[in-house]
Amino acid sequence: MRHLFLILTLLLSSPLYAVEPDEILSDPVLEQRARDISKGLRCLVCRNENIDSSNAGIAKDLRLLVRERLVAGDSNTEAVDFIVDRYGEYVLLKPRMTRENAVLYLIGPVLLIVGAIGAFLYLRRRSRRPEKPLDNLSREEADRLEQLLKD
Amino acid sequence: MFAEIGHFTVLLAFAMSIVQSIVPLIGAQRNWAGWMRLADTAALAQFLLIGFSFAALTYSFVVSDFSLAIVAANSHSAKPMLYKITGVWGNHEGSMLLWILILVFYGALVALFGRNLPSALKARVLSVQAMISMAFLAFLIFTSNPFLRIAVPPADGNDLNPLLQDPGLAFHPPFLYLGYVGLSMSFSFAVAALIEGRVDAAWARWVRPWTLLAWVTLTIGIALGSWWAYYELGWGGWWFWDPVENASFMPWLIAAALLHSAIVVEKRDALKSWTVLLAILAFSFSLIGTFIVRSGVITSVHAFANDPERGVFILAILTVAIGGALTLYAARAGQLRTTAVFGLVSRESGLVLNNLLLVVATAVVFFGTIWPLVAELTTGRKLSVGAPFFDAAFTPFMIVLVAILPLGAILPWKRAQVGKSLKNLRGAMALSIALGVLVWSLQTGGRMLAPFGLALAAWLVLGAAMDLLVRARFRDNPIRTTLRRLRNLPRSDWGKAVAHAGLGLTVFGIAAITAWEQEDIRVVDLNERFTVGAYDFELTKVIDQNGQNYSAQIGSVTAYKGSREVAQLRPEKRFYPVQQMPTTEAAIDIGLTRDLYVVLGDKQDDGGWTIRTYIKPFSNWIWIGSLVMALGGCLSLTDRRYRVAGAARPSARRVAEPAE
Repeated sequence: MRHLFLILTLLLSSPLYAVEPDEILSDPVLEQRARDISKGLRCLVCRNENIDSSNAGIAKDLRLLVRERLVAGDSNTEAVDFIVDRYGEYVLLKPRMTRENAVLYLIGPVLLIVGAIGAFLYLRRRSRRPEKPLDNLSREEADRLEQLLKD
Repeated sequence: MFAEIGHFTVLLAFAMSIVQSIVPLIGAQRNWAGWMRLADTAALAQFLLIGFSFAALTYSFVVSDFSLAIVAANSHSAKPMLYKITGVWGNHEGSMLLWILILVFYGALVALFGRNLPSALKARVLSVQAMISMAFLAFLIFTSNPFLRIAVPPADGNDLNPLLQDPGLAFHPPFLYLGYVGLSMSFSFAVAALIEGRVDAAWARWVRPWTLLAWVTLTIGIALGSWWAYYELGWGGWWFWDPVENASFMPWLIAAALLHSAIVVEKRDALKSWTVLLAILAFSFSLIGTFIVRSGVITSVHAFANDPERGVFILAILTVAIGGALTLYAARAGQLRTTAVFGLVSRESGLVLNNLLLVVATAVVFFGTIWPLVAELTTGRKLSVGAPFFDAAFTPFMIVLVAILPLGAILPWKRAQVGKSLKNLRGAMALSIALGVLVWSLQTGGRMLAPFGLALAAWLVLGAAMDLLVRARFRDNPIRTTLRRLRNLPRSDWGKAVAHAGLGLTVFGIAAITAWEQEDIRVVDLNERFTVGAYDFELTKVIDQNGQNYSAQIGSVTAYKGSREVAQLRPEKRFYPVQQMPTTEAAIDIGLTRDLYVVLGDKQDDGGWTIRTYIKPFSNWIWIGSLVMALGGCLSLTDRRYRVAGAARPSARRVAEPAE
C-alpha cells in the first residue's frame, strides 16, 4: 500500500524539466541574456549540470532568480554577482580569474610556451647534427630492420 | 553453480597472472627460451579463464539469479533480454570484469599473432601486461567481487537505472574499454623497451598498430557515448565536459599524439624517448580515468559507486604503475639515442608541433578536471569547473592544430620549404576561405562561429584531398595515371587522409550545431500548429501505452515544411516503476542536413502540453566525422606494413608506389 502511494505521488507530481514555458520572459532580448547567464551557472544539487538544462527544483529557482534580476534592470555581471554573493563561487561553471585560480588559467599558455621553447631547442639541435649510422644494433638486427623498413 | 566456477576461474586467472608477470621476465633477462615461451600459454589461459568467468556472470544475469548480489542490485526479471545481458557491465563489478576481460584479450592477441616479435620483447611485453592484470584482478577479487552471494535472495531485483536501458549500453562501454585498455599494449611495449634499453624503427612498427587499434575503438566509443547522450538526455547536448567524459577524452588526445610521434620513430628514428613517454602517459590517463570513474573523488554525472576503499586501491595501482614506469623511464630514457637529422622546417617538426598542441590541450583538460579537488585541498574553497571554462581554454589549441594540420601533413620529411608546400595548398585555402565568406554573407545575424568553423572544416577536407593528389603526382600525369596512382597509394596514406578529413566533418558539425541550433519551448494544444525555423509542427494526440517494464505517454507530432509533411515524430515520457524513475525519450527525425528533435513535456492544467522542439543543423556530422576518423585508422591498420599485431610478413604483392 505504501508503495502504491509512492508510485501515485511520483506519477502525479511529474518531474520538472529544464526551462518551462511559463518561465520564459516576454522580452526576447532579456530572455536570451537569461539563457546565456544560465548556461554558466551550476545546478547546486546536480553533478556538473548547468541550471539551463537541469530538471532540479533549485535550478528552476535560480533560473527565475536570474530573470527577476534582469527584469529589475541588472546587467549580466550584476545578476551573476548577485547569485554568487548568495550561493558562493561554487555556482560558477567557469571559475573567476583570481589569484587563487591563476594556475588553472595560466597552465595552458605557460606549458605551450615552455613546450615550444623545448621543441625549438630540440629541433635546432637535430638540424645541426651530422647524420650517424645506427650504432646500437647488431649486424643481424640491422639487416632485419632494413628488411622490415623495405616492406 | 556456474557462478561458483566463474568465481574460481577468476582466482585461477589471478594465480596465472602472477606466474606470467614473473617467469617470462626472468626468462627474457637470462635468455631462457622455455621460460619466455610460458608467457604465450599463460596469456591464453588467462583469457580463457576470464572468458569463462564473464560467461558465468552473463549467465547469472540472463537467468536472473538473484542470489548473486550484483544481479539482485542491478537486474530485474521483467527487464528485456538485451538489457539483462548489457546489465552485466552496467554496474561497477561487472564492468570491472569486462575491463579485465578486454585486458587479457589483448594479451591473448599478442600471444597468438605476435609471432614475428623477438621472443625477449614479446616475453617482456606479456609480463608487463600480466602485472597490470594481476593488479586489477586483485582489485576485483578483494574490493569488487561480482560473484558474491547473498544469504537470503530477494524475490526480484532492483532493476537497472532506466537511463542505461538503452542499446547504447550494448556498444558504448565495450568500445570505450577496448580503447582504454588497448592503450595498455602501448604501455607494455614502452616498459618492455625501457627494460631492454632499446627503441628502434621496428619497435615503433610493432607498437603503432596496437595504438591505432586502441585509438580507433576509443574514437568509436566516445562518439557512441556522445550520440547516446544526444538522444537520451532530452535536450540534445552532445558533450558536457563532464569529468568522466574528460577521463575518456584525455587518453584519446594522448593516443592521437602517440600515433603521430610513433611515425617519426618508425620513419626517421627520432623522438624515441618522447614516444615512449607518450605511451606511458596514454595508459596513465586511462588509469586516471578509471580512478575518476570509480573512486567518486570527483563528482560526475556517470560515476559508479563512490567507495573510498576502492578509490584507495586504484590510487595504489595508479601510483605503482605510473610511478614505476616513469622511474624506469628516468633511468633508461638517456640510452635512447637519436641519429636522425632534419631541418627546422620538415614533416618531423610539423609532427612535433602536433604533439605539443595535443599534449598541452590534454594538460588543460586535466587541470580543469582536477582543479575543484586541488582548490578544495589547498585553500578549502569549493568551486566548479565546467563547460564554459573548457570551451574557452581548450578550443584555441584545437583551432591552431586544425589550422596547421593540412600544411604539416603535406610537408616533406627531413627538409621542407613552407612556400613550396603551401603552393600545393593554395587552391584548398582559397576555396575554404571563399566558402567561409559565402556562408557569412548568407546567414542572418553575423556570428562568426559558423563561417569560421566551415572554413576550417573545408580546409581540413580539401587539404586531405590535396595530400592524396600530391602523393599521386597529379600535376605531372594525365588523369588516368593519377587515378591509378591514387589507387595504388599505401593504405596508410589513405588512412591518414581519411582520418584528417573525418576530423574536418566533425569540426563542421560542431560549428554548425553551435551556431545555428534553433530551440522552441512552448505549451501547445492538440492540433495547434506552431512554427520553429523553417518547419511547422502539430501535436495530434497523446496516448498511454505500456512497455515491457515501464509505462509511457506517447505523443504524435507531425512536422511540415510548407504544406508538405516531412516527418511523424513520437516523443515519449516514460516511467519505470521499479526504480521510480521518469525518463524522456526524445523523438528525432534524423537527416544529413538537420535533425528535428522533439521532446514531450508535462500536461498543463488547461489541457495543453509542453513541447520542446529543436532544429539541430548538421548535428550528425559530428558522429559521422568521428566514424570517418575511425575508418581512417582502420585503413591504416590494414596497411600491409602494419597488419594487426605488427606481424609484418615479408611477402604479398608489391605496391607500385614505394612507401616513403
